[in-house]
Amino acid sequence: MDGKRREVLRAGGGVTLLTLLAAAGWLPGDALAADWNKAAFETQSLDATVKALGGAAPTQSKDIAFVQTPDIAENGAVVPVGVTSAIPKTESIAILVEKNPNMLAAVFDIPPGTDPAVTTRIKMGQSSNVYALVKADGKYYVATKEIRVTLGGCGG
Amino acid sequence: MADPMRIRANVVGDSTEVKVLMSHEMETGQRKDASGKVIPAWFIQNVTATWNGKTVLAAQWGPAISKNPFMSFKFKGGAKGDKVVITWTDNRGDKRTDEATIA
Repeated sequence: MDGKRREVLRAGGGVTLLTLLAAAGWLPGDALAADWNKAAFETQSLDATVKALGGAAPTQSKDIAFVQTPDIAENGAVVPVGVTSAIPKTESIAILVEKNPNMLAAVFDIPPGTDPAVTTRIKMGQSSNVYALVKADGKYYVATKEIRVTLGGCGG
Repeated sequence: MADPMRIRANVVGDSTEVKVLMSHEMETGQRKDASGKVIPAWFIQNVTATWNGKTVLAAQWGPAISKNPFMSFKFKGGAKGDKVVITWTDNRGDKRTDEATIA
């Protein structure tokens, strides 16, 4: 009995705190959830993805580098991918996997003051080209790397 | 609510390097369970990192990010003792916020 009352109180307190935080502008709230670009995450080609993100055909660039990214990944469920951009005024970095059901894996917005370099881990269904798409000064640039995925017992 | 994130923030030169490990299933919506039913997608959609109230990274993720997602990035500035706050929101509307002190 007593324990239940406490839970209720705590739950209530938590809600109040969250509301206060949201009111004070500390929590991004629902506005942020709406920022998820559904169209872009449903595309199946590089050009369509760029278009959904609001750009035109990307230019190949040698100023985008993959770091800490393997040529051969043993486990397609966890493939480390790092992208750095040497293009001035980099605004965002996106990672795309050509042969995944939906190409776009992630978009990172880089505000001024943040290094244009991110690392994460992605899933890959099979060996495929991976694109690093960089938006800089309103234009799109792309670099490609092939990652081979060895599934099953033959890898290694 | 999901398990807490593990966040490490370290000063490297004049920048702060942040590494985050989140705890999330990241279900793609492509897989089927034993009875052949599609397991509904459940993944983190938005991630934001703030330092002193300023957004230092905002990300949109699809289901192709690995289970228990990891990410790292660097931003200019940040002093020992400052706080870095990371928030994620998933496609079920669940969210979690954790903070770390820059070391």
